[in-house]
Amino acid sequence: MTTWNNAQSLRDSRKRAGAPYAQGKCVARKDTTALLEAVIRPGDRVCLEGDNQKQADLLATALAAVNKDKVHDLHMVQSGVVLPEHLDLFELGIAKRLDYAYSGPQSQRIAKLLFGGKIELGAVHTYLELFARYYVDLTPQVALIAAVSADREGNLYTGPNTEDTPAIVEATAFKDGIVIAQVNEIVDKLPRVDIPGDWVDFVIESGKPFYVEPLFTRDPGAITETQILTAMLAIKGIYAPYGVQRLNHGIGFNTAAIELLLPTYGERLGLKGKIASRWALNPHPTLIPAIESGWVQQIHSFGSEVGMDDYIRARPDVFFTGPDGSLRSNRAFSQVAGLYACDMFIGSTLQIDLQGNSSTVTADRVAGFGGAPNMGSDARGRRHPSQPWLQAGKEADPDSPAALRRGRKLVVQIGETFGDKNAPLFVENLDALKLAEKLDLDLAPVMVYGDDVTHIVTEEGIANLLLCRNNDEREHAIRGVAGYTEVGRGRDKKLVQQLRERGVIRRPEDLGIDPLDADRRLLAARSIKDLVRWSGDLYAPPSKFRNW
Amino acid sequence: METLNYRNKAQQRAKGSKRQVIVGVVASGNLEVLAERVLPDTDCEVDIRTAAEGFGEVWQAVVADFVERRSPGGLKFSINDGGARPDTVALRLAQAVSAIEGERT
Amino acid sequence: MNAAALDKSKDSNDASTSASSWYEASARQRVENLLDANSFNEFIGPELRETSPHLPLFDLPEQFDDGMIVGYGRLGGKPVLVAAQEGRFMGGAFGEIHGAKLTGLLRAARDIASLPVLILFDTGGVRLQEANAGELAIAEIMRALIEARLAGAPVVGLVGGRAGCYGGGGLIAGCCSALAVSEQGRISVSGPEVIETNRGVEEFDSKDRALVWRTMGGKHRRLIGGAEVFADDSVASFRDAAQYLIEHAPSMNLSTLEAEQFRLTQRIERFGTCADAIDIWRSLGATEPQRIPALSYREFAALANHLQEPRHDAR
Repeated sequence: MTTWNNAQSLRDSRKRAGAPYAQGKCVARKDTTALLEAVIRPGDRVCLEGDNQKQADLLATALAAVNKDKVHDLHMVQSGVVLPEHLDLFELGIAKRLDYAYSGPQSQRIAKLLFGGKIELGAVHTYLELFARYYVDLTPQVALIAAVSADREGNLYTGPNTEDTPAIVEATAFKDGIVIAQVNEIVDKLPRVDIPGDWVDFVIESGKPFYVEPLFTRDPGAITETQILTAMLAIKGIYAPYGVQRLNHGIGFNTAAIELLLPTYGERLGLKGKIASRWALNPHPTLIPAIESGWVQQIHSFGSEVGMDDYIRARPDVFFTGPDGSLRSNRAFSQVAGLYACDMFIGSTLQIDLQGNSSTVTADRVAGFGGAPNMGSDARGRRHPSQPWLQAGKEADPDSPAALRRGRKLVVQIGETFGDKNAPLFVENLDALKLAEKLDLDLAPVMVYGDDVTHIVTEEGIANLLLCRNNDEREHAIRGVAGYTEVGRGRDKKLVQQLRERGVIRRPEDLGIDPLDADRRLLAARSIKDLVRWSGDLYAPPSKFRNW
Repeated sequence: METLNYRNKAQQRAKGSKRQVIVGVVASGNLEVLAERVLPDTDCEVDIRTAAEGFGEVWQAVVADFVERRSPGGLKFSINDGGARPDTVALRLAQAVSAIEGERT
Repeated sequence: MNAAALDKSKDSNDASTSASSWYEASARQRVENLLDANSFNEFIGPELRETSPHLPLFDLPEQFDDGMIVGYGRLGGKPVLVAAQEGRFMGGAFGEIHGAKLTGLLRAARDIASLPVLILFDTGGVRLQEANAGELAIAEIMRALIEARLAGAPVVGLVGGRAGCYGGGGLIAGCCSALAVSEQGRISVSGPEVIETNRGVEEFDSKDRALVWRTMGGKHRRLIGGAEVFADDSVASFRDAAQYLIEHAPSMNLSTLEAEQFRLTQRIERFGTCADAIDIWRSLGATEPQRIPALSYREFAALANHLQEPRHDAR
């Protein structure tokens, strides 16, 4: 006779196995490893937070300390491989298989382990894609999450760094999985309930804040004149003519420069109210001057940012905050917002090839995708029109009848022609291809595909790929802004000139911009201290950014 | 360290009467450019000492474009380079010409 | 839009040089904007190409002025000698030529006897690649500086750059008639990493930048008497400070030195057991010492004047 509640039975037996360590739902910190050994079975699919910013660090350490005769061959499914312990699991034989999205700080070590065969790679995903699979074929059997606080019923407050937690917990709890949360403290009453206690099985009080990485802070002091020039080009050559109100910025110095140029250069161009008012964006400190100057209506965030909590609390008209006053972030919904409710994505990358495919993968580093492929792609399911979207659609396909012609999301890649260590941004062949060969992957890890890219902005100018009619034009539009890289020097000068005459390539002077005007004095804030002042002393930057 | 030298013909003499200017600082990713009005009106020389070896072709292209666009006749540019990118080099050369022609302070 | 934001946007659109940041400026920009317009004449300028004979041996690039600009100009109509270090070249560190230029300037000041000297410090100390020559230069500079002061020429130091004023630079600063320092400026001999290496991270965590600034930064130096004037991070503010300090510079003689020795003895007696600058500030009479790092320029300058009159009796 077929039984239909096998997963429920298994869940119940896990709970029973963990019960001896718990008083109600609360487990003492010293018993964490023992709890994990009791609840997790060999071969389980385990989700460990592992988010972009927050890390369930206590649980990671405890998991890396389990007896590998009891717990082994785990299949880890997690957004971010960030802490050393995340990879220790593989070296120690506790985990075997991995599906993930981002591995910035561990990009070198994870490459070594992949090449060395210590990790069986499922796939590298983008965030929303991974969350989606939690509901179809990568549902976690155990979720190890981090929250700020819990009450004794197991209700959780995840606060500003809510991030991925709701997506993870819903999938796990409602498919008979076990949810174990580490919290900074257990309290009598939570500021607000982010995760209901019904969905949580065990809670461990760590006694100290979970680890958070300050990923989205860029020191204005490090912004160069060239980055300012690219920012000016983007604002005047793309934001203004398309009238981009709803957007997402990938993190980087070029976009930080754009943020800091809105109250100055943007103001001078008369663009306030006409662009950049609604954002899917983490709380970038570099957006503070634009917020204070009245540019921003609303921001929805993927996560929070270290030091910004008090500022956010004081600006509830702009940010998503709960009845308790603190931010509520949600990576899954912000990703969806980026896909369907934003008219433009703009971000940086490490390499771009002649078709416009871009990648951040190099031969010895595997950083993963994070959220960029999502944000930097054209959502073909979109139906509602907007001016930028329709305009881009028209440029891409001028001959089709307007009523049947979908719009296009603006996907902009911005950067200097030579990057860190003078490595060229433009290459004939992406390093990602070499990596795919080495790891025997079906696909080379491409961040943003060329057929999604609409514009490329460098210090040499803007290439509008929407206006290119064939591959040859596309290739030379790219060569035409590739500066003095080998790719740039390989341009057909006549063809590039023709493209310029058609407006496919526009140089700074075509937009009335003098490169010598790209001066740091244009930045609304030139230091972290300036940002603190702009915020009325509400922004509290992490120690490593202080020079006072 | 690598030493490079380029002599080109310029279309016309650089404007103004200032005898020399210096722009930039020698640091990682940066360079200094000393511009001196010491050559015949149609000549231009760029003398480079650079910490980044093997980029001769790139320097040549940058200098050629610069001479064609800015016509810095009569000027000798002496560069100490700490491994700056071509866009920074082009910027400093433009700043040097701008300063010696007296366009901006 | 709040008033502070209006001020900010006005400042940032303001291309006028007097509002410009001292911290951001190059040494040349500081000299050019500090002195009266077009009054600066450089000695041993970059066109003479007096570069370091040592750096090429290490395959390191030289700078035509070796990171030290010397010359004379006018400040408020009155002639001054000026030296400025470029903090971004080799960390502003002293090398043979760099040091010799400053030695020469100070000896000229000694011989002329009537011109004040401004030293715009921005240095991490002595270049490792030129260690012997650099250390000798520090000694020669200190001697020349004292001789200049004895001859009646005030020597005023300005500290507010990225590299701070460390190592031999800190020693030279200690010999000056007076110092002006901004919040970003730091004055010390040993740097944070050296202290941590020698004394352990519990004693001094060099990554705790708030601690670094509490211990060596401009505000603390002003409060503990290591600098006479606290300047805002602007050329205009340093200009005012320089003029004031030149005018009020104490003369140098035996009784000045004895007074200074007495002051320092008292200081270590009074504060020697304090664990952190916050304890010192509290002891000085600050009611909310932990708020001091966050105070604006105006607020802090007023507090500092209130807690302790700018001293001109010692040194």
